[in-house]
Amino acid sequence: MMDFTEDQLQRYSRHIILPEVGGKGQAKIAGAKVFIVGAGGLGCPVGYYLTAAGVGTIALVDNDVVEMSNLQRQIAHSVNTLGMPKVESAKRTFEALNPDVRVIAMQRRLSKDDILDLIRDYDVVVDGSDNFPTRYLVNDACVMAGKPLVSGAILRFEGQVTTIVPHDGPCYRCLFEEPPPAGLVPSCQEAGVLGVLPGVIGALQATEVLKLILGKGELLKGELLIYSALKTEFRKVKVPRNPSCPLCGEHRTITELVDYNEGYCAMP
Amino acid sequence: MEETAADKRINIKGLVCPYTFVKAKLAMESLEVGQVLEILLDSEEASRNIPRSMEDHGQKMLKNEKINDTDWVLVVRKERE
Repeated sequence: MMDFTEDQLQRYSRHIILPEVGGKGQAKIAGAKVFIVGAGGLGCPVGYYLTAAGVGTIALVDNDVVEMSNLQRQIAHSVNTLGMPKVESAKRTFEALNPDVRVIAMQRRLSKDDILDLIRDYDVVVDGSDNFPTRYLVNDACVMAGKPLVSGAILRFEGQVTTIVPHDGPCYRCLFEEPPPAGLVPSCQEAGVLGVLPGVIGALQATEVLKLILGKGELLKGELLIYSALKTEFRKVKVPRNPSCPLCGEHRTITELVDYNEGYCAMP
Repeated sequence: MEETAADKRINIKGLVCPYTFVKAKLAMESLEVGQVLEILLDSEEASRNIPRSMEDHGQKMLKNEKINDTDWVLVVRKERE
């Protein structure tokens, strides 16, 4: 049983009084370690809400620095942190919100050589990356390591969320076996995004993470949730496991991690 | 009203909602199913709300008694985790 300080009792009181959370659930949240890929449009709200919820350890990985064009949607950054590494900017914001949380800032790109080591000690991985090479690398690493992965993506007015529980539901490659060719991905000038959209999708991802930690509710496992901001519409698409998935199917052809070439330009 | 010896007693006088219930719920979590918690409080609102919330959470209220001008005693038995 966790001994809460008076501050913690007040901070987490609305969690503790929920039958599905309680003091025991809050202690699970405090003991959880979450690895967030990307400190941009999605990583900011995911990290912000998980910090507020009291997740004990949050790792943030991103190689970029804060730019003015980020501030329309990346809510952990501000004019005071322009030019600063995004992971450092977000760490300051999160630590100001909740000093209970240990934020580990990693300014780097993930590669096939280090991702498995980096995620090893974490309970859940969140993908808020903005490019297909990273998305596939994170998916493959999570399936190989058996780590649950909460994946989110946004473009223009539409976003998607799914939760991948390796070998218990489909993985990203069951949906899309290979990354699309770079030429088919919208270029920067085509790829606008409504600023609040990553807030909606990131909040959904953070909810999935908390349910994974608590072991409560129903996960978006085997389902892709698609949100249309213009239509104010949520659709759930059932996604079965693909028995011939090259990564998690019966005859696996992908047994090592792959670094796909860059040349993409997306923008969460 | 049945009389049952309490396995744990808490004094939450001076607290207001929702911290009255936060403290009571945490105390209940520390008990085993079948054990009994006695709560001393001085909030009239909590004397009405705690029993309702405890029952919503599946616990059994054994006693809810105003013992003097300011204080109440509640006794709850843990029925489920």
